[in-house]
Amino acid sequence: MKYIKAIGLALFLASLVFFTSLLFLGQFRLTDAVLQEAVSEEHYPILKEELAPMMGNIYNTNFSFASDFNNYFGAYNDRLRMEEQYEKVIWDDYAFSVTKASSTGFVADNKLLLLLLTIIAGSLGALLYVLPSPRHKTGGLKHEGVYFSSLKSRGWLGIVVGTYLIAFYVLLYWFAEYITNWVLLADPVSVVLSGNPASKWFMYGLIYTLAILVMGVRMFRKYRGNKYQTLRTASVMFFQLAFAFLIPEILVLFNRPWHDFKHIWPLDYTFFFEYRVENMLSSGAIGMFMLIWGILLVIVGVPLMSYFYGKRWYCSWVCGCGGLAETAGDPFRHLSNKSLKAWKIERWMVHGVLVFAVVMTAMTIANYFSGFSMLGDATGVVHQWYGFLISAAFAGVIGVGFYPFMGNRVWCRYGCPLAAYIGIIQRFKSRFRITTNGGQCISCGNCSTYCEMGIDVRWYAQRGQNVVRASCVGCGICASVCPRGVLKLENGPEQGRITDIPILTGNDSITIHQTVRI
Amino acid sequence: MSDNPEKSTSKGRKIVFIGNGIAGVTCARHIRKRDSAAQITLISGETEHFFSRTALMYLYMGHMKYKNIKPYEDFFWGKNRLQLVYDWVTEIDFEGKTLKLQQHDLITYDILILATGSVANKFGWPGQALQGVQGLYSYQDLEAMEANTNSCQRAVVVGGGLIGIEMAEMLRSRDIPVTFLVREENFWGNVLPKEEAQLVNRHVLEHHIELKLVHELKEIQDDGTGKVGGVVTSTGEQIDCQFVGLAVGVSPNIALFKDTPLETNRGVLVDEYFATSIPDVYAIGDCAEFRKPVLHRRSVEQTWYTGRMHGETLAYSLTRKPVPYHPGAWFNSAKFLDIEYQTYGVVPARWGDELQSLYWEHPEGKICFRAMFEAETKVLTGVNAFGLRLRHDFFDKALRNGSTIEEVLARLDKADFNGEFFDKGYLQDIVRTYNEQFDASLRVHKKKGLFSFLRS
Repeated sequence: MKYIKAIGLALFLASLVFFTSLLFLGQFRLTDAVLQEAVSEEHYPILKEELAPMMGNIYNTNFSFASDFNNYFGAYNDRLRMEEQYEKVIWDDYAFSVTKASSTGFVADNKLLLLLLTIIAGSLGALLYVLPSPRHKTGGLKHEGVYFSSLKSRGWLGIVVGTYLIAFYVLLYWFAEYITNWVLLADPVSVVLSGNPASKWFMYGLIYTLAILVMGVRMFRKYRGNKYQTLRTASVMFFQLAFAFLIPEILVLFNRPWHDFKHIWPLDYTFFFEYRVENMLSSGAIGMFMLIWGILLVIVGVPLMSYFYGKRWYCSWVCGCGGLAETAGDPFRHLSNKSLKAWKIERWMVHGVLVFAVVMTAMTIANYFSGFSMLGDATGVVHQWYGFLISAAFAGVIGVGFYPFMGNRVWCRYGCPLAAYIGIIQRFKSRFRITTNGGQCISCGNCSTYCEMGIDVRWYAQRGQNVVRASCVGCGICASVCPRGVLKLENGPEQGRITDIPILTGNDSITIHQTVRI
Repeated sequence: MSDNPEKSTSKGRKIVFIGNGIAGVTCARHIRKRDSAAQITLISGETEHFFSRTALMYLYMGHMKYKNIKPYEDFFWGKNRLQLVYDWVTEIDFEGKTLKLQQHDLITYDILILATGSVANKFGWPGQALQGVQGLYSYQDLEAMEANTNSCQRAVVVGGGLIGIEMAEMLRSRDIPVTFLVREENFWGNVLPKEEAQLVNRHVLEHHIELKLVHELKEIQDDGTGKVGGVVTSTGEQIDCQFVGLAVGVSPNIALFKDTPLETNRGVLVDEYFATSIPDVYAIGDCAEFRKPVLHRRSVEQTWYTGRMHGETLAYSLTRKPVPYHPGAWFNSAKFLDIEYQTYGVVPARWGDELQSLYWEHPEGKICFRAMFEAETKVLTGVNAFGLRLRHDFFDKALRNGSTIEEVLARLDKADFNGEFFDKGYLQDIVRTYNEQFDASLRVHKKKGLFSFLRS
């Protein structure tokens, strides 16, 4: 068993090192044919002239090619700006497409082999590492040594992993031309699914899905015997694989818009943007279904499901962000801040983002129906800022990159506008609550410590009070780690959902009538 | 209790606690809720802030850090004007109502509440003072255990009770081989009936803890440097070890009151109002001993829950009207390695003809349920549950109302507190066992589950 784990870890690390080193391998050569294919007809002659010094040169690194490209390309635009010929400036982002198309040699020639040796081998290694867990032979949940682990308690290993993740996201969002070799690896899979070469988002989706699947298996091992955790994990694995990864690509194969049917506005903040709506409207019956389904989810699906089951039906059973947090993020869940201060900041931030998303969408729709007479291009600027600040920086870089620093739900807790929306329903109109078991709490703190949303569950449990909180995603870990069987996730009548018990069950010395608020 | 109830609601009285454990802190919090003028001080030399004593084991096992086991954030005390004094009390002048402290100036009080907790028992074994021999009760004990097990090849834990199995679990979490000496024929055999105790025995062995039943500690051996080198058991067996955990119970921590007028026996003697032999001095929690114990209860109550109830009750007495301590049905819980345990009411380890027992055990031997009831009236006296979660409120009511075993079994679905999707088949199994054993034909009401429509 020990050996299998060690082999798995070695395989994973070797794959990771190889994967990273790919960024420094391969050759890049810009040719006339490549350029013609990668840029629009209109820009081809201009760029052919501007990039003439690069033509035919062999670059030995991705970095030198991309920086040369950016220099020549940038110089052209700068010149036009100096001459105030703004209409001629090229706004299109060609750095990624041209670099990817110019890739030749080792990486471009061995995509499938390299995919197997890096991403696939890494996944297998991780599986070998998580599968044998002799400690858990006896059943029961263990968090032994969590706070002795460098990775899990903000030690040097945690800092290294966090830094790597942050670097990954920064490259992915803003410097994709430097990671074209990674995207090339995903080409074989992408071609099979949709018939197209991979975009950077496809590559990201592939790694993301594998992370959820592999770490989902780890969850099965860790919470063996706990049916709630098993079903919930299977659910997020299914929704990621089918709804977020396979179905959208198959839609593309059939010339339909890429669409994730479980992605809901305002998390899917572009849903009401002009190009999305027009895309759906021009895609026949299935496009119309996408539009109506998306609107119904927001106005009927979310309130109804959240009323019956609480926020969890989405956040810890369906959502992709939640899926990653609940699987790959599970080792970091205890790092969330439990202080009252953090709760205050959380409420301002998450509802602030919701307001931002709602106002942006309202502006966009109003602008659309007024034929762009009202705000003109102003909405475009707002879209860009939201995309940069909220979607890329917050959800991506901080949301996942900060797993080893602030826990696995940073985005969900402080930033997700959909979580804020569902949270309001859960707090004020829902049957969901976490029930506490009379006077059995011993205030040990396992529940609060392992709450990924930073809820001080113990504060409620030790007063015999039900936990009713907007942020609770219903992952059920508090109930699983409780050593005295005090917590239980329940859907029940709204009457008596929020209780205040002045004297705990078991003490008959004092009779004070408990007050029940609704 | 104070003779003058007027006085107990007067403004600005100085209430001082010795001890900041669950009993003292609960009492202080509840006094503050109803008396905003009182000057409340909690003195403790153990830790500056209140922590959950029952969670100490999780620090050693790496589940949590010290800050995680503090039930209140540090600002809580200042905000609620609960003054904390981090120091040991060295002397009490009951006459002058003054406390002498190790580091701080004298502290005077109007009302003194003693909540000093317990100390680990040591029964005078040869070698019990050697380095590496210790109990586990206080924060200092935990620090000592950390140091004492640093380079430990084998540990011996003495005492088959709650702290003993916790210490064994802690040591195993660090892969230290453990020999577990239990005096009784089964683990916790003086509290648990045989079947439950044997279920735990099996689970202990499954965790590779070397369980030695009917073994007592005879002697602890010096390794020649003043540290423990081994033990000799009552059977004459010698075991090499570098750590000895003594978990043979705890006793009230009353060393501070020796040679004072305060009346003590095993603990500080109190009446049902927690009043000691000295006016305006009360004792609650582990350190208190009732002159007249409540029916079916011990004179010294040493659980988290009783400490909390003592605190709640005394606070009410001091702020509203004097009420005697009147706990409801007994309840307790624990976790034996991976197996959770809950109990409600009275389930004795052994019983005579006046009681009858319903016992059901899952075929895999890790889950079981026992209900005790009076043979004649069938009134439920208590239940034990292992690997199952039961609803406290349900049994609190059932026991108070004198429900019969059959009434309880018929509504057993309402007693279930296991998580969603937990296999509820055990409910039917328990009722079936009862029907077979007692020739009845009860049926358990089925609660509709989330996907019950799929099965019908």
